[in-house]
Amino acid sequence: MFRREHSIPLRGSAAALCNNLSVLQLPTGNLRHFGVVHGPSAQLLSAAPEDGSLVQRQLQAKEGAGVSPTLITQVHWCVLPFRVLLVLTSHRGIQMFESDGSIMVYWHALDTGDAPPGTWSGRVLVFDIPAKGPNIMLSEELAGHQTSITDIATEPVQGGDCMADVVTADDSGLLCVWRSGPEFTLVTRIPGFGVPCPSVKLWQGIVAAGYGNGQVRLYEAMKGTLHVQISAHARTICALDLAPEVGKLLSAAEDTFVHIWKLSRSPESGSIEVEHCHGECVSNTQLCGARFCDPSGSSFAVTGYDLAEILRFSSV
Amino acid sequence: MSVRTLPLLFLNLGGEMLYILDQRLRAQNIPGDKARKDEWTEVDRKRVLNDIVSTMFNRKFMEELFKPQELYSKKALRTVYDRLAHASIMRLNQASMDKLYDLMTMAFKYQVLLCPRPKDVLLVTFNHLDAIKGLIQDSPTILHQVDETFRQLMEVYCGLSAGEFQLIRQTLLIFFQDLHIRVSIFLKDKVQNSNGRFVLPVSGPVPWGTEVPGLIRMFNHKGEEVKKIKFKHGGNYVTATKEGSFELYGDRVLKLGTNMYSLNRPVDTQTSGASKNSTSRAQQENIAPNPLAKEELNFLARLMGGMEIKNPSGPEPGFRLNLFTTDEEEEQAALTKPEELDNKVINIQAMQDQQRSEELARILGELEVTDQPRWSTSKGDDLLAMMDEL
Repeated sequence: MFRREHSIPLRGSAAALCNNLSVLQLPTGNLRHFGVVHGPSAQLLSAAPEDGSLVQRQLQAKEGAGVSPTLITQVHWCVLPFRVLLVLTSHRGIQMFESDGSIMVYWHALDTGDAPPGTWSGRVLVFDIPAKGPNIMLSEELAGHQTSITDIATEPVQGGDCMADVVTADDSGLLCVWRSGPEFTLVTRIPGFGVPCPSVKLWQGIVAAGYGNGQVRLYEAMKGTLHVQISAHARTICALDLAPEVGKLLSAAEDTFVHIWKLSRSPESGSIEVEHCHGECVSNTQLCGARFCDPSGSSFAVTGYDLAEILRFSSV
Repeated sequence: MSVRTLPLLFLNLGGEMLYILDQRLRAQNIPGDKARKDEWTEVDRKRVLNDIVSTMFNRKFMEELFKPQELYSKKALRTVYDRLAHASIMRLNQASMDKLYDLMTMAFKYQVLLCPRPKDVLLVTFNHLDAIKGLIQDSPTILHQVDETFRQLMEVYCGLSAGEFQLIRQTLLIFFQDLHIRVSIFLKDKVQNSNGRFVLPVSGPVPWGTEVPGLIRMFNHKGEEVKKIKFKHGGNYVTATKEGSFELYGDRVLKLGTNMYSLNRPVDTQTSGASKNSTSRAQQENIAPNPLAKEELNFLARLMGGMEIKNPSGPEPGFRLNLFTTDEEEEQAALTKPEELDNKVINIQAMQDQQRSEELARILGELEVTDQPRWSTSKGDDLLAMMDEL
């Protein structure tokens, strides 16, 4: 059902982080950007599928006073209605760049204050992003989590008004569902059960969460009810991704497997249902990132710990 | 990254070092009455291991180690092991020390990678400590030191959450990133491929707390299960039968971290792959700020201050252990090593900084001074070749 395509070589291997692959699908042409964290640097690549030519850029984490070089924790493209920003996070702070990584437009230092190094507050920071330029401002800090945030997912709410539903996940497995607006409101909390939730996605009112014990769970976003529990993997899930056009969910885990699922709602009861579509084994590779490469889910890419290439698959 | 990683890194690497040294010394054992002056005996072996273990588990050293702190560079950590390996009458030259360190790091990397749950790295650590206690069981004082460290590990780590262990695991994996040195015993057991990558099996017991993959359960809005579907996962997993013990004594269940070396399976590395892969790592480290910045030297000085290094008296520096099959091989390895990987042992000028030296002097002053035995000078200078591996 899927076949291997040409891999994209990386200058440095991927670090053993979760959600360690970001893909920006550009509407014009077939160009895609890929972002992978190596350690103290993140690598950005643009690969044109026709001729395979690669444009590479390396971004370093902003240095602080300390012994070891600052490690990047995540690289991610944030697609906003009017603008795309590239966000780099480290435990020192948040850097925001223009989408090609050429100019840094904002730096937000995370102050740890008197707290001993290594404590994470679990704060969710909300930034106001103007349509152009560097006038980015911290507008709100959401309190809801006690341990470090692992992932954030958003989905525009039908009905305009630039509002969105947001889900945040943390190291204890707790999920918080928010509704954005002039101020964010907490809609529901979904408690954890003793393992981290490294990755979360939101689609049509369904929260899809991947956990440290290999489970994927689907919840009703507004009420937080559990509808589906999948024993999907034998090790921690490292990444989830969604193909919104078709409701396909991708799960990748440290057990070397990638699985694709089809999400749907039963027409009678409105309950969330799921079916397994495809499984792929990436031999001897502890996966750390996975993304669909197009909105219809016909191709995907993965990264693995210690692997200096992005592996690509497309459906036949 | 986690600030609780260093004790686990240090103790597990130290455990692997002891396994290797113990095996090499046993392979060289000659019965005491038959031994020539330049040959290792059982008494010597026990002496070396006792010295290293007691240095490793020195209380002040452990105190420094357990302080929450970031992992330091590979160079700094390597320096600590250089000193540790020379805590007794045994001497290793540069090439043998490099090989020892390669083996140690690849073994622990393998163990971390294959841990079913992130928390299982603690069981790996306990396996190492259990084995260390077996190596020094004739010395109650040192046994007590190890037990103290055991208790400290339990106190610090048993209460950590799964999320914190996941962070520790990620921190360790970042430390070991890009190391692909091939180890003969791993290649033979088919746990490592010829390209230096470890084999990740997709069969066997699932981690404790994980279900065997392959089941989808669906619920209605009332929380009642309404449907159960199976899907083909692709692996061949079974349920875990038992959880390993996190007590002072107990069945750890996990085999990772137990001694894989024995007389019939001597240690060896193929170093041809090493230089190529290590170079890229060395280059990566060089672009970062000087890894031996002031804070790092402070850290090392504090750690070493807690180390009680016995310097053998007499004109000869003690007797040599060769990790290669022959002396010629050892010389050859030293010659072929690329320039930039020349990890000289850093001599910490502990007395340079006024304030630091006062602190160190205080710690050193509190340490007990033991009698140094006078070793015969001819022993070990021309150490004969180790047993050939089959």
